[in-house]
Amino acid sequence: MSTGTTKLDVVVSDVVPVNELVTRFHFRRRDGQMLPTFSGGAHVVVEMRDGDRTRLNPYSLMGSPLDTREYTISVRRDDVGRGGSLFMHRSVKPGLEMVISYPVNLFSLDLRAKKHLMLAGGIGITPFMAQTAQLAGEGGNFELHYTCRTASLGTYADVLRERYDRRIRLYHDDRDERIDLDRLLSTQPLGTHLYVCGPAGMINWARDRAASLGWPSEAVHFEHFAAPQPGLPFDVTLAVSGKTIRVGEQQSLLEAIEAAGVDPPYLCRGGVCGQCETNVISYDGKFIHNDHWLSEEDHRSGCKIMPCVSRFEGRSLVLER
Amino acid sequence: MAAKTIISRPIYGTLSPQPGKHHLFIADAEGALAIVDMAKMAPPGFFDGAEIVFIPGPDSKHIGALEGLRPAQFHLAPSFASLLPRLKQTLANAHMGLRLYLAGTEGLIGQAMQVALEAGIDHTSMQTEHRGSLARRMQCVHCKGITENVTTQPATCSHCGLLLLVRDHYSRRLAAFQGVCINAEDRSENPPMEETFP
Repeated sequence: MSTGTTKLDVVVSDVVPVNELVTRFHFRRRDGQMLPTFSGGAHVVVEMRDGDRTRLNPYSLMGSPLDTREYTISVRRDDVGRGGSLFMHRSVKPGLEMVISYPVNLFSLDLRAKKHLMLAGGIGITPFMAQTAQLAGEGGNFELHYTCRTASLGTYADVLRERYDRRIRLYHDDRDERIDLDRLLSTQPLGTHLYVCGPAGMINWARDRAASLGWPSEAVHFEHFAAPQPGLPFDVTLAVSGKTIRVGEQQSLLEAIEAAGVDPPYLCRGGVCGQCETNVISYDGKFIHNDHWLSEEDHRSGCKIMPCVSRFEGRSLVLER
Repeated sequence: MAAKTIISRPIYGTLSPQPGKHHLFIADAEGALAIVDMAKMAPPGFFDGAEIVFIPGPDSKHIGALEGLRPAQFHLAPSFASLLPRLKQTLANAHMGLRLYLAGTEGLIGQAMQVALEAGIDHTSMQTEHRGSLARRMQCVHCKGITENVTTQPATCSHCGLLLLVRDHYSRRLAAFQGVCINAEDRSENPPMEETFP
């Protein structure tokens, strides 16, 4: 069992289409007990038994942390992705027994903040569903700015407007509505914390503008679930377990290690949490580091790799696993 | 600069110009020199958006050096207590983008930090630089009274009169080091008092 990823046996209690791209899934515990408590921004890793292949994808919990009778996640279908979201959309039906991890929070609210300013892009809205529910329950001060492509793809925009009214600002790409970010960031009271979840471009834009306008990095929080990038197949030797394995085109190094029967630690599977950090014993070739965890110096040194998102091209690679 | 001993003991850095729209400096005595040194690295126009609040102390030195930086606002105060209402007002009306720089004695840095924490600024995002006296602000853990400018080890509590060991155990909430009775078992025991924090 991996560090921090204790498993929960659940049953799919409901599957609800939300719009043309997004479907919501509800899970309850098979033994009828309450699920573990969590805080807004937490995610679970869902195990998908897809034939002889096990897929593991992280999804944010979007229900209220005040109600743990069930967990809910929303999955955006990605027709050109690696297949996890398509499996969820096509094969997961009410009554299916599944295994999910305990919740892990790598995007928690800083409750010392005087105000919480949230920026969501597209399916990046899901962690904010739980965070706003948590803050509303505690009378917290928040404001959510949500950009989506069209009104019909504004997942849960109607729910949020209904619940929180003017605390929610919507921006539609097709109407050319844009967040006036510099003005927004410059008019926030001292003690405001910023939270961003959405595409990488949006996160980089918000972090960059916030830093230039004098926001300390401690007050800027972001979450980006990077799916592992495909690439050329490569061979890896695992020194500790004495195995040599091949990493397929569409497979991540972490998935290949798991498929070989080795159980490395992981939490986010997106290159940000640091759990799966692995020492490189020797290599001949070049690394394709896709993570946000290791420092630039670590990347250059060739001594470490994050197997959840990073790849390798070359003749040989030996890892301490 | 003070050495690190236990984990709560504050560590100070060197002031450096941060990106931001407004820059608030709070300094006492020799702290002025930290600002003057930092100004050499600051981009042109940096002090156009800066406010300096300065407690010069009895010898009134360094006022001219700070005025020479031509900050947008310059304010002199006789003591930290006297500038407190103004500081609270400034922070209450401030927006994100304000950067805080604290320089001088530990007592000044700690107390200004205490007010800024209340206003929502994380202590790790404040710039600090220790200059001048090592005098400590101390809380007596027995009577809870605060004694300012403690320079000796042990030190006498100015409220209850107990002889206290000045510990490195620091409270950000109180902006004070903890003082614990050094001769609780036998009050006739009087270890020599030394000037440890000049």
